[in-house]
Amino acid sequence: MTVRIYISRDAAAQALGADETTAALQVAAAAKGTSIKLTRVGSRGMVWLEPLVEVEDAGGQRIAYGPVTADDVPGLVQAGLFDAAPHPLRLGRVEDLPWFARQERLTFARVGVIDPVSVDDYVAHGGFAGLKRALGMTGAEIVHEVLESGLRGRGGAAFPTGIKWRTVLEQHSPQKYVVCNADEGDSGTFSDRMLMEGDPLCLIEGMTIAGIAVGATKGYIYLRCEYPHAGHALREAIAAARARGYLGPGVCGSGKAFDLEVRMGAGAYICGEETALLESLEGKRAEVRYRPPLPAIKGLFGQPTIINNVISLGSVPIILERGAAYYRDFGMGRSRGTLPIQLTGNLKRGGLVEKAFGVTLRELLYDFGGGSASGRPIRAVQVGGPLGAYLPESQFDTPLDYEAFTAIGALVGHGGIVAFDDTVDMARMARYAMEFCAIESCGKCTPCRIGSTRGVEVIDRILLGSEKQANLAQLQDLCETMQHGSLCGLGGMTPFPVMSAVKHFPGDFSRDR
Amino acid sequence: MAATELDNDSTLERILAEHAGMEGPLLPILHAVQDTVGYISAEHVASIAKALNMSRAEVHGVVSFYHYFRQHEPGRHVVHVCRAEACQAMHCEKTEQHARHELGVDYGGTSADGLFTLEAAYCLGNCAAAPTVMVDEKLYGRVTPERLAAILADWRNR
Repeated sequence: MTVRIYISRDAAAQALGADETTAALQVAAAAKGTSIKLTRVGSRGMVWLEPLVEVEDAGGQRIAYGPVTADDVPGLVQAGLFDAAPHPLRLGRVEDLPWFARQERLTFARVGVIDPVSVDDYVAHGGFAGLKRALGMTGAEIVHEVLESGLRGRGGAAFPTGIKWRTVLEQHSPQKYVVCNADEGDSGTFSDRMLMEGDPLCLIEGMTIAGIAVGATKGYIYLRCEYPHAGHALREAIAAARARGYLGPGVCGSGKAFDLEVRMGAGAYICGEETALLESLEGKRAEVRYRPPLPAIKGLFGQPTIINNVISLGSVPIILERGAAYYRDFGMGRSRGTLPIQLTGNLKRGGLVEKAFGVTLRELLYDFGGGSASGRPIRAVQVGGPLGAYLPESQFDTPLDYEAFTAIGALVGHGGIVAFDDTVDMARMARYAMEFCAIESCGKCTPCRIGSTRGVEVIDRILLGSEKQANLAQLQDLCETMQHGSLCGLGGMTPFPVMSAVKHFPGDFSRDR
Repeated sequence: MAATELDNDSTLERILAEHAGMEGPLLPILHAVQDTVGYISAEHVASIAKALNMSRAEVHGVVSFYHYFRQHEPGRHVVHVCRAEACQAMHCEKTEQHARHELGVDYGGTSADGLFTLEAAYCLGNCAAAPTVMVDEKLYGRVTPERLAAILADWRNR
């Protein structure tokens, strides 16, 4: 009798010792003479429980144990791990854990469950059903379905995905492209990485549907070089899909061509901005382009180009499989569907939660996140990456919804939430926001290139206690110039974290140091 | 990854040939050179420029734009310490301080024994188990100064 075991190959699980746990389990099984079949899967998203080990019991149920370090393995095996026996680390079925059961997993339904690079596993769990349906539809019908789903760009800008697609569909050009923006540079985010490592075929299917819809035959995944694990998973999955005819000159025997290539970035945050990314793909310095023309009209190599984030494209298969209404029925207001939310920083239970829009920050921080890891009060939360505002406790009841966040001068962005306890110095965080902008500015426009460096200097003067009121006024003025005068979101939105820190945590700027 | 005898014309010719006909080949070529040789020299820049019919200034401009591309030989291993917000929330400044102190260099520098090049990273995507450090392609989570000392000792012994 062979025992089936599942351990994550996700980079976050590896960072906490999943490879060492895997090796220890293999040694222990061999010593005990137990035959095991070990599958490396994606992560279920409960990073605080990694390395998570799931063992299939006699009834075929996957019983989880975690966190299991290599040192825990001998004791666990002795206690009867291979029979899914009781142990203090035994958690039961993942699906029954409140943290997991309260989610709405649409885009991440397969992540942590299947072998990420197995086409058979993918198909057995509903994979390629969306593509098969799309192949029986016209391009306009596919675009209509995406439009009707209410899907908005999950990279952060929240622009309706279907409108981008419709614009590309309307262009007449012998060559069109589908580009996936996998340059997930925001601190506090890793949902793109988790999907690419845990269910890369889902992204491949989404991009193929996009290509079929608008008549693009070539797709690029622009992946940040900080994600080598995702690169390996994607290349393996692309090769597997190609070998089975899901990519290539005739997708699923349809006569419609679509193929994919992974391109590595080189450590430039600005490449998350879509026109900078296109410049980089073309082999240039990643300087932001003037708009118009839109990438949908003149994108990669001057051709009509769909450019979407990983999660946007990864949400397309389920929309095509279940229909626009199914997806649209989740969410609130004009924020439809679900968002993979990343709980990070100083939280007890960090990880990835996929929820319909409408969940409040407080539920996420305390019900899911379990409060701060340090046990101290959570003082500030940054939502939406380094360009997102810092929010004080009085705003924790804001529901996650694009419009509700805009109304308080904040940003949902890519769904990253970074929690800070009361040891945080918000003037230092404001300074860091300016410093980061200076490091990552592409240099094309003056407000961003010069403004960010001047911003660091002004905040340094405030920290030194020199003419605080005059310097705070100058900081305000500088932020207004950057916000309204920059070419893209980097310079234009760096003022959000800076000014929100000044507004909500004025004491950190006025106190003597 | 030290520079090797591979750092010669035939390596570059092979890399250029492998990328012939590719759309937008410059970044993939630069990656291939750095993966093989460890860095991108002024001589590489000149040869790549000639092959792609670009000016040396254009190629140099691209190399110098991206933080990841290096123009000097690195140590045997590259240590990336994340200093973005999620890691700051878990006091990565202590980990950073330890890295600088133990390796005796600041970001961009290589330890005197030639073993480690220290680099800053702005998010390694491991934000739920911060602070994060990456040595070559191996990722580590919840890296306190003590854990970093143990990690570096482990790599020294490899």
